[in-house]
Amino acid sequence: MNLDELYQEVILDHYKRPRGVGLREPFEGESHQVNPTCGDEITLRVHVEGGKVADVSYENVGCSISKASASVLYELVNGSTVDDALARLAEFTELMNSKGQDEGDEETLEDAVAFAGVSKYPMRVKCALLGWMAFKDALVRAEASIPGRTDAA
Amino acid sequence: MDAATKLDVEAIRADFPILRRMIGDKPLAYLDSAATSQKPVQVVEAMRRFTEHSNANISRSVHTLGSEATEAYEGARAKVAAFIGAPSADEVVFTKNSTEAINLMAYAFQNAALDPAADPRFKIGPGDEIVVTEMEHHANLIPWQQLALRTGATLKWIGITDHGRLDLESVPEVITERCKIVSFTAVANLLGTVNPTSQITARAREVGALVGLDASQSVPHIPVDVAELGVDFIAFTGHKMLGPTGIGVLWAKADLLDAMPPFLTGGSMIKTVTMERTTFAPAPAKFEAGTPPIAEAVGLAAAVDYLDKLGMENVRAHEKELAGYMLERLETVDGLTVIGPRVPIGRSATVSFTFADVHPHDVGQILDAEGIAVRVGHHCAKPTCDRFGVNATTRASGYVYNTHEEIDRLVEALAQVRKVFG
Ligand SMILES: Cc1ncc(COP(=O)(O)O)c(C=O)c1O
Repeated sequence: MNLDELYQEVILDHYKRPRGVGLREPFEGESHQVNPTCGDEITLRVHVEGGKVADVSYENVGCSISKASASVLYELVNGSTVDDALARLAEFTELMNSKGQDEGDEETLEDAVAFAGVSKYPMRVKCALLGWMAFKDALVRAEASIPGRTDAA
Repeated sequence: MDAATKLDVEAIRADFPILRRMIGDKPLAYLDSAATSQKPVQVVEAMRRFTEHSNANISRSVHTLGSEATEAYEGARAKVAAFIGAPSADEVVFTKNSTEAINLMAYAFQNAALDPAADPRFKIGPGDEIVVTEMEHHANLIPWQQLALRTGATLKWIGITDHGRLDLESVPEVITERCKIVSFTAVANLLGTVNPTSQITARAREVGALVGLDASQSVPHIPVDVAELGVDFIAFTGHKMLGPTGIGVLWAKADLLDAMPPFLTGGSMIKTVTMERTTFAPAPAKFEAGTPPIAEAVGLAAAVDYLDKLGMENVRAHEKELAGYMLERLETVDGLTVIGPRVPIGRSATVSFTFADVHPHDVGQILDAEGIAVRVGHHCAKPTCDRFGVNATTRASGYVYNTHEEIDRLVEALAQVRKVFG
């Protein structure tokens, strides 16, 4: 079992120094997600402005994989367009479901490619996806709450 | 003779092929028997022999295989009854697992609530009380919680002290004249606490409540005699006592089983059937609708034989010694906090802990890389976690085949965890 593959330097760094952590105002959508098998939790908020993800803020408890993944998510989608963020979400989800067959595209996924190794550990994939599920849900809620945006996507 | 030497652990280990497995390039150290135990060749072999040689449905045919299968299944029932000191094999009901056994009890109350002719002991409604403890596995919490919600009864519980023991002082206050049923765990699966039962059962008797035990973590590890315990029912599960998955046991006193409405209905549990009505077979058949786990019963009987041969007193002594060693060694690990009793008295060889602020998932992953299997998470005891202000713990649990060397490896591997996350 190659632990270095799972606990990459990049992952440990995001775990120890999470970016963008904390719940902030304003926000239009908020989501709370729980991993029922281990009790990991995240509350995540999305602030959307002019077709852009103007802020992603979050509080979480969990393992290194779930915490690092939320931090990487923040870096990747904060300030990007909603469409780009959704594309990253799809890409990261696909990477996590690749069972170690996919390396991920560093051009688009940046630090998130470090999670490629996690996809070989079925018990940990859910940890890695927890924050992303919250982001997806919060974004849907944000879109629904903003007049005129619901049909724009 | 030293109690711990009464089990020949090396000889026992030779009966468990899985213990020779390598995890990567490390030998497996299996410290997760509280979740499920491993099975000796004797169990696997008994099931294989039955399946290859005698497989048939039970109680339905006059052919040779049918009668061999019936004999094997009923023989397993008798063996289990003797193992727990039940006065009659008819008091042993085979279920799928502990969870189903406890639900069977809870549904007896719920079904009785709909039946005007039901036995008053099972009548429950607003104003009545159900008592559990704060250290239950969800299997002995949620069925009672849902029963309370559906019938309007009130669920109450006995709390936990900071030392991980039941708050027995509160017993007279929690168990009142309104109480109809007390169901509590004999040994807690997260904390490892072995609960004294006499005070709670005595109080339940005093107020006229039924009283039962979740014995899932006691029957595999300590001698259990239902007559001595003086309770009305106990539930346990085959896969935690060297037996297969798919079979569990509800033991209940004969007069209770007689009075209880059935849980699942269908084939094999009837006396007569018309299009309008059915009369039910006497217990245990009344509670065993459909084709039961026959090969699994054979496996469970082999597991009981195996434990009987070891001697449950010896098993207890081995695990008491192991618990002492686990606590002693784990307490030396810097940053490690045991959740549960910290002395090996009234305690099983199941030790939960937190480790600095490293999440149990990460601890478990690194231990796995060292070949060490522990359980991480909330262990189906979320209220217990809440009580101690933790989201999850790492839990190491020992059984008849575990050695000091495996505990040493666990302690060494924790240093590795620190290296990665320190
Ligand atoms: C104390 C206790 N009760 C009940 C159960 C449930 O056992 P099963 O899942 O076999 O029904 C367990 C095991 O997980 C347990 O430890």
